[in-house]
Amino acid sequence: MRSLIILTIGLLLVTLAFSCQSDEQIEFNRYYSAGSAIYQAHCENCHGEKGEGLQSLIPPLTDSTYLKNNRTSLACYLKNGLKGSITVHGRNFEGEMPTSDLSPIEIAKVLTYVTNSFGNKMSIINLQQVQNDIEKCK
Amino acid sequence: MKNLIGALIIIVLYSSCKSNDQAKLPILGEREPVTKTVDGKTVTDTVYSTIPDFKFVNQYADTITGKSLNGKIYVADFFFTTCPSICPVMHRNMLNVYKEFKNDNNFRIISHSIDPKYDTVQVLKKYADKLGISGNTWWLLNGTKEQTYQIAKNYLVSVQEKNPQGEYIHDGYFILVDKQKRLRGTYDGTDPEQVTKLIADIKILKAEPDMTSTK
Repeated sequence: MRSLIILTIGLLLVTLAFSCQSDEQIEFNRYYSAGSAIYQAHCENCHGEKGEGLQSLIPPLTDSTYLKNNRTSLACYLKNGLKGSITVHGRNFEGEMPTSDLSPIEIAKVLTYVTNSFGNKMSIINLQQVQNDIEKCK
Repeated sequence: MKNLIGALIIIVLYSSCKSNDQAKLPILGEREPVTKTVDGKTVTDTVYSTIPDFKFVNQYADTITGKSLNGKIYVADFFFTTCPSICPVMHRNMLNVYKEFKNDNNFRIISHSIDPKYDTVQVLKKYADKLGISGNTWWLLNGTKEQTYQIAKNYLVSVQEKNPQGEYIHDGYFILVDKQKRLRGTYDGTDPEQVTKLIADIKILKAEPDMTSTK
């Protein structure tokens, strides 16, 4: 009986906590969890479970400064691939990332996941922003 | 009486544990019994299929043949340097095998490129450097497409030509081969747990008594 009461109170608290979340927080959570699944399906083989990359072949996704500085280009990299030399964590990488057939909303979700995982902490990258960024792809 | 049964159980348990201590790996592939006459007696022996001789070139432009692997335990896989799908995860896992045995001169890893036109010796060397591998433990091999696809069959691995999307289809198996060039295990190279098992199995194989000379 006692455990039932505790359980009920616990459930109530959880419900309260969720209803207290702001709309932004809810949207962020939605993007983030969907992004995690997209990451596993499309990115993890190369970039690794923890975004660690692979030696000097594939860059890690843990360089927050790089992600911040290139924030508005990230969507284009995912859509059109990335070729040529880049510097991540002070190391030079020059392979090629293939193009992807991810939709803008999928790009937004996976970018939100990456830029808020592996030690990165940025805000949400939403669909609107991805659409804007893609229009300006070089 | 009761004590006797207890003692019996302990003995049985103990002896069954003991036989489990000596783990053995199976021998895979085709086999056929061969009957021959030795010293006037008829003897039947089982002949296991082995990897036939081959000739490839590694990342240092050295010629690698079956002879180069004589007396060595080795692991083989198939990849190509521009592979966007399973190769990075395979070689991320293979690096663990490399690190474990890189100081063992009787162990090798050979990775056959299935895209020999692009993966020239220079490209393979660059890939090796970027992967952070050096020395002669891990060879990246270039050969003609025919040779590579032919030897894949001996390893029971399937590789195919490019599909309409321009991708190569190949499976991500790591094949364990013993000193007599017999297949002893296949492991999914994309699964870290199976690769941990591969490392354990290599140790079992290394502990096997040497029977390189045939009687």
